[in-house]
Amino acid sequence: MMIQTQDLTKHFGETLAVKGLNLEVAEGEVFGFLGPNGAGKTTTVRMLTSLIAPTSGSAVVNGFTIGKDDKKIRQTVGILTESPGMYENLSAEYNLQIYANLYEVKDVGGQVEKYLRMLGLWERRFDEAGTFSKGMKQKLAIARALLHEPRILFLDEPTAGLDPEAAHLVRDFIEELRKEGRTIFLCTHNLDEADRLCDRIGVFKTHLLVVDSPANLRTQVFGRKVVFHLKHVESAYLDLLRGMTFIKEARAVDDKLVATLDDPEGQNPEIIRSLVEAGAEIRFVGELRHSLEDVYLQLVKNTQ
Amino acid sequence: MNKIKTIIRKEWAQVFKNRLVLSTVLFMPLLFTAIPLGMLYATRGTGSSDLSSDMPPQFAAACPEGLTGSECFQVYIVNQFMVLFMMTPLIIPVNIAAYSVVGEKTTRSLEPLLATPITTAELLIGKNMAAAIPAVLATWAGFLLYVLGTWIIVPSPRVVIALLDPMWWLAVFVAGPLLAILSVNFALMVSSRVNEPRVAEQLSAVVILPLLALFFGQIAGLFLINRQLVILFALVIAALDTLMVYLAVRLFQRETILTRWR
Repeated sequence: MMIQTQDLTKHFGETLAVKGLNLEVAEGEVFGFLGPNGAGKTTTVRMLTSLIAPTSGSAVVNGFTIGKDDKKIRQTVGILTESPGMYENLSAEYNLQIYANLYEVKDVGGQVEKYLRMLGLWERRFDEAGTFSKGMKQKLAIARALLHEPRILFLDEPTAGLDPEAAHLVRDFIEELRKEGRTIFLCTHNLDEADRLCDRIGVFKTHLLVVDSPANLRTQVFGRKVVFHLKHVESAYLDLLRGMTFIKEARAVDDKLVATLDDPEGQNPEIIRSLVEAGAEIRFVGELRHSLEDVYLQLVKNTQ
Repeated sequence: MNKIKTIIRKEWAQVFKNRLVLSTVLFMPLLFTAIPLGMLYATRGTGSSDLSSDMPPQFAAACPEGLTGSECFQVYIVNQFMVLFMMTPLIIPVNIAAYSVVGEKTTRSLEPLLATPITTAELLIGKNMAAAIPAVLATWAGFLLYVLGTWIIVPSPRVVIALLDPMWWLAVFVAGPLLAILSVNFALMVSSRVNEPRVAEQLSAVVILPLLALFFGQIAGLFLINRQLVILFALVIAALDTLMVYLAVRLFQRETILTRWR
């Protein structure tokens, strides 16, 4: 495991920010950490990167224990903070050189060039970071987080405030990092992004509500739904579906029948056969895919 | 050591792009050098008249042997302004340190910096040196310019020797760096608790008050700066430095700074 926490808890005075977090993130996994503002996501990232100490509980990151091996943790993880925090009056290249030196990178020039080129900033390397667009600053901050080739990367809202094109570029880059086998801990509000990038997702609001893959979360919260598009919907067809024991719920919406069931791949043929025998003209069959946003909102709503 | 050097270079690269800081570092030592040299130039033609009655009796009594009354008066007048050389290492670091620490907060660059494997000691030493070195060098350069100017302006070797009393070398080359350390750490301490560079500068400027008291106290004839007083002063500043470094490190709490600096 690259990240392992046990009852990780953080209080700020009377305020409980993180409560008994138990989490495991495997090597090479992209783990999405979702939660509303003020849920404690940034606090968790700060604890896992040894920026702040937990009030109680423990965590092991990349084999190092927080509170004991803090310098080693900071040496081996990369972090993209919520705000890029570049030195605005210094050039992009010099910004990276500073951090390469602080991370004790051996080939400073080589690493700086590698990531400036990779993120399309090489031509602007002599320009002050303050002259960069928000997307370029974010890319520069990602380069900074990667200079020392960390195996674990903590990304706090990497696409927040970026235009669609810049956000797309950043997401593509995260995909590239994933292909390289890096472990990525991704805090995001962008549920579509989490859905596309993450192997597993943890929904968090002071404590961990649920952890699973996006597909399993959908099934857990809404079940699997199949939509049968018919030429005409008749009440007999609906009754037919409702009579099938393996269908949990069936309803008609316009010229469609929506059925909730556990195993669409195994049970659809029987449903289709029965509907056709009853005289239904089926035009199209598909699975109703709830967005991760629906899942997230449902989960957060359940806690209120 | 490499990390400290990196911090120093980064600070200088950033800070000296700030025109206000740059002009303070350049202009103040020049001004504080020009004042005593101007006084020397203005009093060089006082001839052999006896002006000793215009001096406090303790200075007249301590006047170096062999000087005429007017030469003694010249030394007395110029000595009044020599305290300015001790102000430079106090004022310049306040500007640099207040900007460099609170500036990190305003640009939100402190979190990524603290996320690197740099230790608090390395960070503070780097920031201390980045603020203190230019101040000390500017002070020394100003003083050496003063020494050169004195040789040119003053015809009498007796007066030159009296003006360049070892007391002032001690004040500039020993007490100066100690004052710079005091100033930087006071500014760091203040910066850990405020959000605006200007507020940090204004609050940090408080550190100059004891030196102003020394300056005006001497002008008012309340006491006379002599070797014993400078040595005592340096010892007190060294003790204060120890306390300030301790407080600055104590107050520079990563967690507090990250979670409260908003």
